[in-house]
Amino acid sequence: MQKSVLLGAATVALLAAGAASATTLEDVKARGSLTCGVSTGLVGFAAPDASGTWEGFDVDLCRAVAAAVLGDPTKVEFVPLSTQTRFTALASGEVDMLARNTTWTFSRDVDLKFEFTGVNYYDGQGFMVPKSLGVTSAKDLDGATVCIQTGTTTELNLADFFRINNISYEPVPIETNAEAQQQYLAGACDVYTTDASGLASTRASFENPGDHVILPEIISKEPLGPLVRHGDNEWGDIVRWSLFAMIAAEEYGVTSANVDELAKGTDNPEINRLLGTEGDLGAMFGLDAAWAKNVIKSVGNYGEVFEKNIGENTPIGLARGLNAQWTDGGLMYSPPFR
Amino acid sequence: MTQSVSYVRDTMLPAQDPPALQSGPVKWVLDNLFSGWLNTILTLVSLYVIYQVLSGILPWMFGGIWDASSLTQCREIRDTELGGKEVACWAVIASRWKQLLFGFYPPESYWRVVLALVLFLAAVAPILFSGLPRKMLWLAVVAPFVVFWLLWGGTIWGPICVALGFVLGWAVLTYGEDIAGELAAILGAILIPILYWLFLAGPLARGIADFSSPILGFSSVISLVGATMAAAGIYLVTRRSSEIGATLLAIVAIIMWWAVVDPYLLVRFGLLEFASGAGLSAFGIEYVPSKQFGGFMLSFILGMSGIVLSLPIGIMLALGRQSDLFIINKFSVIFIEVIRGVPLIVWLFTASLLLAYFLPPGTSFDILLRVVIMVTLFSSAYIAEVIRGGLAALPRGQYEGADSLGLDYWQSMRLIILPQALKISIPGIVNTFIGLFKDTTLVAFIGLLDPIGLMTTIRATTDWNGIYWELFVFIGLLFFICCFSMSRYSQYLEKTLRTDHR
Repeated sequence: MQKSVLLGAATVALLAAGAASATTLEDVKARGSLTCGVSTGLVGFAAPDASGTWEGFDVDLCRAVAAAVLGDPTKVEFVPLSTQTRFTALASGEVDMLARNTTWTFSRDVDLKFEFTGVNYYDGQGFMVPKSLGVTSAKDLDGATVCIQTGTTTELNLADFFRINNISYEPVPIETNAEAQQQYLAGACDVYTTDASGLASTRASFENPGDHVILPEIISKEPLGPLVRHGDNEWGDIVRWSLFAMIAAEEYGVTSANVDELAKGTDNPEINRLLGTEGDLGAMFGLDAAWAKNVIKSVGNYGEVFEKNIGENTPIGLARGLNAQWTDGGLMYSPPFR
Repeated sequence: MTQSVSYVRDTMLPAQDPPALQSGPVKWVLDNLFSGWLNTILTLVSLYVIYQVLSGILPWMFGGIWDASSLTQCREIRDTELGGKEVACWAVIASRWKQLLFGFYPPESYWRVVLALVLFLAAVAPILFSGLPRKMLWLAVVAPFVVFWLLWGGTIWGPICVALGFVLGWAVLTYGEDIAGELAAILGAILIPILYWLFLAGPLARGIADFSSPILGFSSVISLVGATMAAAGIYLVTRRSSEIGATLLAIVAIIMWWAVVDPYLLVRFGLLEFASGAGLSAFGIEYVPSKQFGGFMLSFILGMSGIVLSLPIGIMLALGRQSDLFIINKFSVIFIEVIRGVPLIVWLFTASLLLAYFLPPGTSFDILLRVVIMVTLFSSAYIAEVIRGGLAALPRGQYEGADSLGLDYWQSMRLIILPQALKISIPGIVNTFIGLFKDTTLVAFIGLLDPIGLMTTIRATTDWNGIYWELFVFIGLLFFICCFSMSRYSQYLEKTLRTDHR
């Protein structure tokens, strides 16, 4: 603040010219902290607790990258971004990476000049209805009133779905999720539609969750993942492989509890390479050999993070589903560490 | 007091109360509420409606649950202890009120915000109430810099060096006139401080901070007070012989104090350790970046800076729009119409998004400053129009009277026109201010965590997901207190300034 007040735009421009030449990795190391764009609040994915510490599934991904680069998961500055401001903030360099439940689409990847570095949650749009309605399939929803958040892809998906199935509906436009909950509970609409994870957390917040059912149809693909700017491939690699390290760790049974033990050396060369006891994968992208160990030790493997924030033992209670390891029939699949 | 003459009363009877039905509250009720069958029916219906509303809201509000750790627990308490009666779950306020007020400001520094608020109130008090001693106005001169320093922290030399710019401008204006003429002095008074702020103030502040912190042990109030007193003492004693010599001696005294006496004292009494232990290095306090500002504090900062800054700008624009000078007139008209013709939310998006595209990548020109500028410009355009209304309402005779007294433009504006015009515009001005203050909640859309933005984040925790009205009621109450105070103040001001005999 002071700097910008005192020096004014002219000096800032000079500073920026110097800063722009450095890579994101160098910037982060020089600054000693990672700036990570997160949601302004999404249950289970990103929210600050009473003391202002950010928690959640997306937040843990930021912490994982900070642990990999700086060795300390607390060295993250979280920048809450709205749906409108997120892409500008990333493009202008205000944040180093986005972990803000952002759907990976062609146009965002190609046209907006971003690089999606993986998928940390496979979501999809679903429907929730009161049990008393007696509906068992979304195809029975002919003539229903539907609460829907405006200006999102869910609105378009909904129109497509009803058109394909040749049934009619009446949309009730809603601005925020909290408002949608109120409207739905007040009976202003028969159906509430949004991402399935959002439906689950909304349903969990109801007085009587059992009175509401989430219909089996998932009508869209919403692969949510972290993204970085185009053009700094080394930084993109770091974010990508931090996520893969968490996924691979779950596959090989490396947890935050046993990572110290396993880091002393195991019979499994893949684990050894991952944890830096064999070869030096970290040096290839300018990090410490123990980068992946730091990630797993500080935030845990993918499964741990999932269970802690949104898993079946939390109030949100999401099943792994598509987000299970490929060995369990899910889509979580890390390329080999070698 | 006897009755001395028959049939004639020669003493007064003691006065009696009027009949019960013709006086006091009973009469008021009869006259106003039950004065006819229609009014009686309307009164009864209204009473019933009021009862229905209050009997729903009051138990909900005052029977609320304060002690719970989550919404689920609130519901359990309600079902087990209160028999399932619908009550508010104020526990969310109990657990998050600090966040709603201060955002993510570090909790150990909350005192700074409170102190800044007290200072702000003390500084505006002499402006708002003419009964207070005029000397308090000096507070208003100093307060902006101290409040800024308290809120953002860092070294105190920053704000001091910025303040020096104003002193510089004043000095150029006062002393430059003799040297270079009036016009040059005015231009210089504008340009020199701007150049100073752009290129000198920053390095100067950092230079002093770096230089003063470790080497000279410049880290306690004592060193400043001591140096000042030493310098003042020497100056006063030696002034008689030579003014310049005394000044030089005083400067030498300051340097000697810092270089020799101060380190000795600090080391001798262990003040350095004490100072660094208390986090007071080089008159600095912990720096808090704008990102951590949030909650009602953010709304208040945005609203108040907007209000304080937009009034003078608005007055200038209103005068500019009335001016006969072509450029000034057209500039004011275009500025007002453009700013006023576009919704505030668009300006906020401009501040947060568009500027990011125009500025070079990697630049982060403080978002809070950007928003303050936009809010100020927006509100000054409205204020300008309100004040123009006041100016237009003055009869021509006032302008002519001022001219006939031989006053120049600024004198006539300052002494005759503006006092009357502003008085007429008070309701409109306060109306704009209240609107502006409430409009600051729009910053939630650009990702700033004002109370409305924080509401989303609070609802996003698994503990409080699903809570709704309680947060709105609390935030509404905060805003109501501020807006209602402004409204009452404007009414007080109108009453005090009422000099006509309407």
